[in-house]
Amino acid sequence: MSKLILDVRDLTTKYITRQGEGVYAVDQVSLKLYEGRSLGIAGESGCGKSTLALSLMGYYFAPLHYMSGDIFLGDRNIPKMAPDEVRRKVLGTDIAYIPQAAMNALNPTRKIIDFIEDVILAHEPKTSKKDIFELATQRFTRLNLPQDALQKYPVELSGGMKQRVVIAISTILSPQVLIADEPSSALDVSSQKMVIRMLRDMMEMGMIKTMLFITHELPLLYNVTDDIMVMYAGQIVESGTAKEVVFDPLHPYARGLMDSILVPEEGTRQAILCAIPGTPPNLKDPPSGCRFAARCKYVAPECTANAQALNHFGQGRAYRCWRAQVQLRGYYTDEHS
Amino acid sequence: MSTVKPECLSGKQLSKVFGLGKNAKAAVDGVNFSFAQGELISIVGESGSGKTTLAKMLLGLLNKTSGEIYYEGKLLDISTAAKKKAYWKGIQAIFQDPFSSFNVFNKIDTVLLDCINMRGCKNLSKPGKVAMMTEALRFVNLKYEELTNKYPFELSGGQMQRLMIARIFLLKPKILLADEPTSMIDACSRATILDMLLKLRDETQMTIIFITHDIGLAYYISDSVYIMEKGKFVEHGTADEVILNPKAAYTQRLINDVPKLNEPWDLSTVS
Repeated sequence: MSKLILDVRDLTTKYITRQGEGVYAVDQVSLKLYEGRSLGIAGESGCGKSTLALSLMGYYFAPLHYMSGDIFLGDRNIPKMAPDEVRRKVLGTDIAYIPQAAMNALNPTRKIIDFIEDVILAHEPKTSKKDIFELATQRFTRLNLPQDALQKYPVELSGGMKQRVVIAISTILSPQVLIADEPSSALDVSSQKMVIRMLRDMMEMGMIKTMLFITHELPLLYNVTDDIMVMYAGQIVESGTAKEVVFDPLHPYARGLMDSILVPEEGTRQAILCAIPGTPPNLKDPPSGCRFAARCKYVAPECTANAQALNHFGQGRAYRCWRAQVQLRGYYTDEHS
Repeated sequence: MSTVKPECLSGKQLSKVFGLGKNAKAAVDGVNFSFAQGELISIVGESGSGKTTLAKMLLGLLNKTSGEIYYEGKLLDISTAAKKKAYWKGIQAIFQDPFSSFNVFNKIDTVLLDCINMRGCKNLSKPGKVAMMTEALRFVNLKYEELTNKYPFELSGGQMQRLMIARIFLLKPKILLADEPTSMIDACSRATILDMLLKLRDETQMTIIFITHDIGLAYYISDSVYIMEKGKFVEHGTADEVILNPKAAYTQRLINDVPKLNEPWDLSTVS
């Protein structure tokens, strides 16, 4: 097994609303990121994917609060560090984050090179402008980005180019971990492909060591990442390699997600697209049993009684359901026959 | 579906040019099309291929530079405000961003009441109107009792987009123009929205023009597909013809660019 970069154990964070209620958006999440391997997080809106990304960075600001758990990055434990220390010593240099709609985050009155100067000077205040320019040019050339983009204003670049430039800016210091939150969901298919190609090149060239990729587009996730975790209502409900999760999902929720896939391949038109009925539970007061029980086709009395832990089996596969694997597989084969 | 359906909307050499003189650029460049009544048509293309410009012309929001639009066999005339208003009784739209589609000061009841009034049911009794609203909301799996007296911002993106469909259900236009209605909501709610559009088409024989850049989605939902490149239609035909046997190089590229499950995704062909 390759080197372990980020080790997250039982991380729990919550939002506190103005009324003082706690919303557990990330509940006992454990994950491991290895060098050269990427991990994808899937799930519908509101299931805690983006909050997980924020929590991993150790950047806790109200209304987000850290509750318990550890995030080990090398010999450091991020939640135990002061927020200011995290900002100076971890973000940008060890963990880089690309938020949703990152391309709209560029200040329209400044040139691209100015953003790069900001990033580098925040971490190494003594770097000369000439060195920064050289580093930026070199990085842009290696990533097949046009060098003249450095002297342009954000409005002069297309959406796909802006997104790639933002990724290049946030990884200019070669961080170990890149957290990409829906980096391509606002782009069309061709620009999306270019963004993904660039991310893969960055992994291969060692500019980033590992990547956490968040999206709700399963066909994309399957093609981009090595492993997939499915999140529901703040919890991990299934994990495994991309192939295992997409072609052999065990948890009924993961199974439901796979049924909403649309690809231009034979069979798509004949397939019955079945959306999972209902909406995720309100996390202010999550159900005490399985959180998916209210929407699950195979719900049984024991499901709503007690919470279920992750069942681990095989090599790194896990699912959170009361039913045994054999029983679940039986349901799915019955449906198709 | 052996009978030939009457034509609902068609265009001849329709163009829109932005800019003047040497800066002139044709966003839509002499397109011909013919949409039949009750058909579900997808227009697929990349960003900047002119899909939305075409949609705006069809809606009468943008003046055409040249060419003709025929609505129900007759040349479309929207030269005066009254004629335009009459045309809008027959064509309605759902846009990309559900969050900016609603007036933030209007409650959901007002949104739906406007539609009922527009349909000419202004003099209906209050219980009658409530019954209509309940029916429309039930069509999109929402509950009137839960939504009454709420403002649009209290809903999620998927719910807002469903509310848009409820409006269309009340208005019952002949044509619905859906401009990327699912690009801002997640894959799970997307399936719900698509199924609702299909149900709407089956129940009311509405012509639906679906604009998208997602070719997999277009393949699932549509009867016929038009592929648009740089303001021109490069290919059109039934969904099976176009997606499974693409002839134009552009269509092939679009299909190759989509990540798939059963075929490897070739990243080396990035232009």
